[in-house]
Amino acid sequence: MSHQVLIEETGERYDCGEHESLLVAMARSGRRGIPLGCRGGGCGVCKVQVTSGDFTAGVMSRQHVSEDDQARRCVLACRVFPRADVSVKVLGKMHRAVCTAAGLGPVPASK
Amino acid sequence: MAMTGVLRPGHAQLRVMNLEDGVRHYRDVLGMVETGRDAQGRVYLKCWDERDHSSLILREADRAGIDFFAFKVLDPATLDTLESDLRAYGLTTERFPAGELLETGERVRFEIPSGHLIELYAEKTAVGNGLQVLNPAPWTPAKENGVAPVRLDHCLLYGPNIAEVQKIFTEVLGFYLVERVLTPDGDGNAAIWMSCSHKVHDIAFVEHPEPGKLHHLSFLLETWEEVLRAADILSMNKVPLDIGPTRHGVTRGCTIYAWDPSGNRFETFMGGYQPYPDYAPTTWTFDGLGAGGGLDYPQRKLHESFLTVVS
Ligand code: FES
Ligand SMILES: [Fe+2]
Repeated sequence: MSHQVLIEETGERYDCGEHESLLVAMARSGRRGIPLGCRGGGCGVCKVQVTSGDFTAGVMSRQHVSEDDQARRCVLACRVFPRADVSVKVLGKMHRAVCTAAGLGPVPASK
Repeated sequence: MAMTGVLRPGHAQLRVMNLEDGVRHYRDVLGMVETGRDAQGRVYLKCWDERDHSSLILREADRAGIDFFAFKVLDPATLDTLESDLRAYGLTTERFPAGELLETGERVRFEIPSGHLIELYAEKTAVGNGLQVLNPAPWTPAKENGVAPVRLDHCLLYGPNIAEVQKIFTEVLGFYLVERVLTPDGDGNAAIWMSCSHKVHDIAFVEHPEPGKLHHLSFLLETWEEVLRAADILSMNKVPLDIGPTRHGVTRGCTIYAWDPSGNRFETFMGGYQPYPDYAPTTWTFDGLGAGGGLDYPQRKLHESFLTVVS
């Protein structure tokens, strides 16, 4: 079953299956500049905040996602599998890549 | 050259976030041989043609990355000498008792200014490569299990202060510089490849602000055909590939970079050349790393992930 993902900053939407990570589906949807890193939750380049919608998450590195982050649903997109339509904010390197590719302005300080 | 002092990379301990996924990857996809598990739950593996007990130790942890990288030295006397040389140089060393790692003798551990833990040891049980010592066959069925590299070859580590790291490896441990990439201003080195042998690298470093990072552990194959076969096997198993199959200009290695299930990059490669300690180091400009084909000779581009994705 496939769900819709909304990138809040750009208003873009794409489809993501339940067995597909938010990151891989985003790259597959043809967006330029998606930082396709390790896809294993280890390198930390794909951080997003899921602002609405249910998901399941695979294990991800504590180095990049603290318990606090996880409680705020700040997670690594390569380890997030949607269970419903979700909205995300892109953080860190993801923010830079997604917003630059969409022609949006400067990057706020983010971790 | 006479092989004395530091002989070769011996073992690396890697953090994985799910132990059995890690074991499946390194044992069943990469095709290493599982040789033991210890009381802490760590899993030991070796490449089929390696003779010592283990070259890769997997430890389950809440984050990815490398715990330490170790070199085997000639004998216990060499270990003592190198330990006192490291101390005389000003580094702090720590001894781990024999048996703390399965089938491994005493280890001397020290931290280098890039934030990595390096170990030296002289003894590890020789379990053999499955071939008789007298009139052996050239290979065993293990050579065809998965990607089946012949050995752990080298690692590339990312961290600060690589100029100081270079001094320790060359002035204390007897390594020599084989290749380097200059910083954009040309004043220092952005990356160094060092050898303690006749190989193009036994260890390499890239200058990077965060300490203690792993770029990749590398495993040696013998032919280009095997590198292409590795690409097929990795893709069949849905292992995420980073770059390749292609050739690095730096070291001339023919390579694939890919990631294990915890996001630790590994390389399977063949080739290079055989440097000697009297060779002048090969130098690449920073532009040469990308447009000069240093990273990817056919494509001549600096894949962004090379400088940004580490564990
Ligand atoms: S791509 Fe490495 S953590 Fe997501
Ligand atoms: Fe390498």
